[in-house]
Amino acid sequence: MNKNSWILYIGILVFGLFAPFIFPAFKVQLSILCVLIVLATTWNIQGGEMGYNTFGNILFYGLGMYLCASVQVGMFFPLAEWTESGGEKTFVHTPSQFFQGMAAGLVVAAVVPTIVAGLIGYAILGLRGHYFAICTLGLGVAAGEISGGIEIIGAGQGFTTPPFPNIGGLEARGEFFYFLSFGALVLTFIAVRAIYTTRFRLILNAIRDNEDKAEAMGIETMKYKITGWMISAFFCGLAGGIMGGLVGYIDSTDVAFDGREMGVFMVLMAILGGKGTLWGPIIGATLFHFFKEGFWTFFLGWQYVALGVLIVVIVIYFPEGLMGWLREKYPERFGEVVDEADRKAQVELK
Amino acid sequence: MDFLVFQYPMITIQACLDGLLLGILFALIAYGMALQWGVMNIINIAQGDLVILGGYIAYFMYLYGIHPAWGVIVSPIIMYFVGIAIYKLVINKVVDRDLFISILATFGISILFMQLMNFAFGADVVLANSGYGTTMLFDNNVVLPNSKIFSAFISIVFAICLVVYMKRSKLGRAIRATAQNARAAKILGVDTEKVYAATFGINAALCGVAGALISITFTIHPYMGLPYTIRSFMIVIVAGLGNLPGVAMSGMGLGIFEEFADYILGTEFRIGSVFLLLVLILVYRRFKLSRKREYLK
Repeated sequence: MNKNSWILYIGILVFGLFAPFIFPAFKVQLSILCVLIVLATTWNIQGGEMGYNTFGNILFYGLGMYLCASVQVGMFFPLAEWTESGGEKTFVHTPSQFFQGMAAGLVVAAVVPTIVAGLIGYAILGLRGHYFAICTLGLGVAAGEISGGIEIIGAGQGFTTPPFPNIGGLEARGEFFYFLSFGALVLTFIAVRAIYTTRFRLILNAIRDNEDKAEAMGIETMKYKITGWMISAFFCGLAGGIMGGLVGYIDSTDVAFDGREMGVFMVLMAILGGKGTLWGPIIGATLFHFFKEGFWTFFLGWQYVALGVLIVVIVIYFPEGLMGWLREKYPERFGEVVDEADRKAQVELK
Repeated sequence: MDFLVFQYPMITIQACLDGLLLGILFALIAYGMALQWGVMNIINIAQGDLVILGGYIAYFMYLYGIHPAWGVIVSPIIMYFVGIAIYKLVINKVVDRDLFISILATFGISILFMQLMNFAFGADVVLANSGYGTTMLFDNNVVLPNSKIFSAFISIVFAICLVVYMKRSKLGRAIRATAQNARAAKILGVDTEKVYAATFGINAALCGVAGALISITFTIHPYMGLPYTIRSFMIVIVAGLGNLPGVAMSGMGLGIFEEFADYILGTEFRIGSVFLLLVLILVYRRFKLSRKREYLK
């Protein structure tokens, strides 16, 4: 790591720490941006580095969301009565109860999806290519449909998460969730960056490029695939838990296991930025979020139409993403040694 | 949980018959999917949305006073051109690319269609009333709407027509040749681009027929598309590509499974159980193949 990148990291960190005070009106948007970056970055571990294009990370996200809220309520009050009362609160968390519950809930929300990923990983990750993609798509939708039928977590009517305690009003709530999601983002970035400097990343890339050969070289691919998925699940669950508290209301198919929105967003963001790079998903998520928030109001009511068109356009005309495009344009900046004559010949061939 | 279904045999018969008639419809959609998967190597996530769109065509004929059964003729004709249009705009750019690209692109089309239909036709659950009445069997214990029998019959007719067409006609032979080896077919003078467009059109037309029948027998709703895609995907992976009897059998099996899941688990878990079954089937096949150190391709 050279001096420039240190300056960059510290600059971003400082900006992140002061952002809610510089843009006080956009605290919620910034928190959502952090969550989106976490999701895109962790999707990239599967889709970009490992070559396993999953639609199923939404499963861990939704699971984390439900678990965090359930633990937060269940630690102090009976869960069934809470969900039954719906919007009208019969129980009120004291501030200390709220924060204790949130902390415990986030731990559970991160750990349980990791275990789930480990348990189903052996079965699911044995599938390849499009079978894996469709299977994980099925997992996500099935989870949404099934959780929509379970009474104790609110079934069809939804689950209201505990409201933020009455200290400092809306400002404090926004700051709390912003720093929570920013913390998750920093944690994710450090973890993913650390992973990407090790042999682990090379193994994942080997799996992506040719799994049979990787296996023939003596790599226990299944072990690494499951580990990779568990890392994703950990951070997806954490992001889900935070997002549940931030939104304040959990619905099975519209918020938690929202394959039509969040499940596609994470794929799209990673592809937009360029999959298989550290910075690609981060840039992609930021661009996507700006685009979405900036233009969603123009397309009021037509968001999904715009989303559908956006997916098709990005996938067809921009499959390598921003980083891929930059890499093709300026390969030297990415540490690739380019033979000028060879490059010219390639350009002519095209 | 409700185990009445085991104690009272008439319910079992009812569920089986319902499932069989439903499954034939599923098999028709799955046949379209198998066709384009085999020929173009594309998995069309928008398959179910094409079905629903076909259903709305029949529903609109019903609204304007035409008997919805005529939708079986009109809907495939319109859907054929919709299919061609989708092919020209999107699919031909993803045909020979990575499969995931095509999955994602068709997922985008699916979202687009879902929302456009929601705007155009509203978010209500609708059905086109055919007024065919019902048939009673076994001392009036089993009730079968005639529309279900009609739809199963029409599905079989269309499937047979299609099989004969694929065997005998020039285009059918070109399609089969392209499925076997696109490059060789191209060398021997088959215009593969045209074949691809026709295949996608035929697939969309089949979806149109199925959709028209579904709008008569069941209900349609703009967001109901994805389950049909998953069902047809499931049927195809169980039966294998180009195995028509297999597609019919596994379609009927899926129909019966769904009816029983509906009775035993309750209607709210019906769709969930379909998706879960997909996961289970894939995992089962993965373990079966991994014994021979192979994997699903």
